[in-house]
Amino acid sequence: MSNSSDIKIVETPQGVEGTGFFATKLDSVVGLARANSLWPLPFATSCCGIEFMATMASTYDLARFGSERMSFSPRQADMLLVMGTIAKKMAPILRQVYEQMSEPRWVIAVGACASSGGVFDTYSVLQGIDKVIPVDVYVPGCPPRPEQILDGILRLQDIVKSESVRRRSSPEYQELMASYNIT
Amino acid sequence: MALESAVIQDKLTGAFGDNVTGFVQIKDILSFEVAADVANDAIRFLKEDALLRFNFLTDVCGVHYPDNDKERQFAVVYHMHNWMDNVRVRIKCFLDGDNPEIDTVTNLFLGANWQERETYDFYGIIFKGHPQLKRILNMDEMESFPMRKEFPLEDGGRTDKDDRFFGRSTDNALNF
Repeated sequence: MSNSSDIKIVETPQGVEGTGFFATKLDSVVGLARANSLWPLPFATSCCGIEFMATMASTYDLARFGSERMSFSPRQADMLLVMGTIAKKMAPILRQVYEQMSEPRWVIAVGACASSGGVFDTYSVLQGIDKVIPVDVYVPGCPPRPEQILDGILRLQDIVKSESVRRRSSPEYQELMASYNIT
Repeated sequence: MALESAVIQDKLTGAFGDNVTGFVQIKDILSFEVAADVANDAIRFLKEDALLRFNFLTDVCGVHYPDNDKERQFAVVYHMHNWMDNVRVRIKCFLDGDNPEIDTVTNLFLGANWQERETYDFYGIIFKGHPQLKRILNMDEMESFPMRKEFPLEDGGRTDKDDRFFGRSTDNALNF
């Protein structure tokens, strides 16, 4: 049995507290709920994917951060983790997976290859997945250690917590999607 | 009794005369050139002759020699293997730099299908009579034949490297 003092609970967002009530912004509540239940969609093509397997498994245990369930269906995933070299021939498939995800959706590029092409500066390799889909967090490393991947997910949680509920319908976001030709 | 290289050479010279040249023994593989227009016949002969019995096509690949004379700028290299005597041969066919074309060998070896597609994909060598000559490994939208030496190896879309330190010169036409 774990000692009850070991159990960590997320911090309460800023708000007004009194006897029997607590008032805060809807943004904060929604952000809190989203950030601590990010369902990952692993898109693993090479060695960074192996590191992610360690990240999911018992030693590093991604589930501690609310990402218990790997969603292998893009339609029920919040966070796309792209891990490994993406060949140009793979790019349309990656894009299709991204398009199938429902909003809100976030993307983490794990490792040098997904972030920039890495050592593969060559005609057959996509020079970073941000050429075809928007990326929220880049995790450096070749491959990154599981701690780095976890850190990347925590940084994404920071983004998710502070994201406005109206961001996805804002003109800036529409413009970003339009720049990638995603409707 | 093992199949001797001299026997292979005599048989080929007897059947094809001047169309088969440049016999050279490199380690344990006999290598020679075959004129492109008789390549299919020569490979059929090697496969079907009762003594030669080269029953297996190990590999088909291309080579680009941009510094050669115009009519010898591309080569298609076939490797054949006789499983019974465990003897191998290497066959080179030189092709024209502007118009690299050769007959397919898929009529003799079905396994040549993907190997010829790969050679087409990377060198743009046309295999006449191939049932489905289209790209196999690279993306369909690619415009270049990347193993030809006039095309740069690097991708032009790279943004995080400073060209001054990495020696990049020309841009690949296919920014993604």
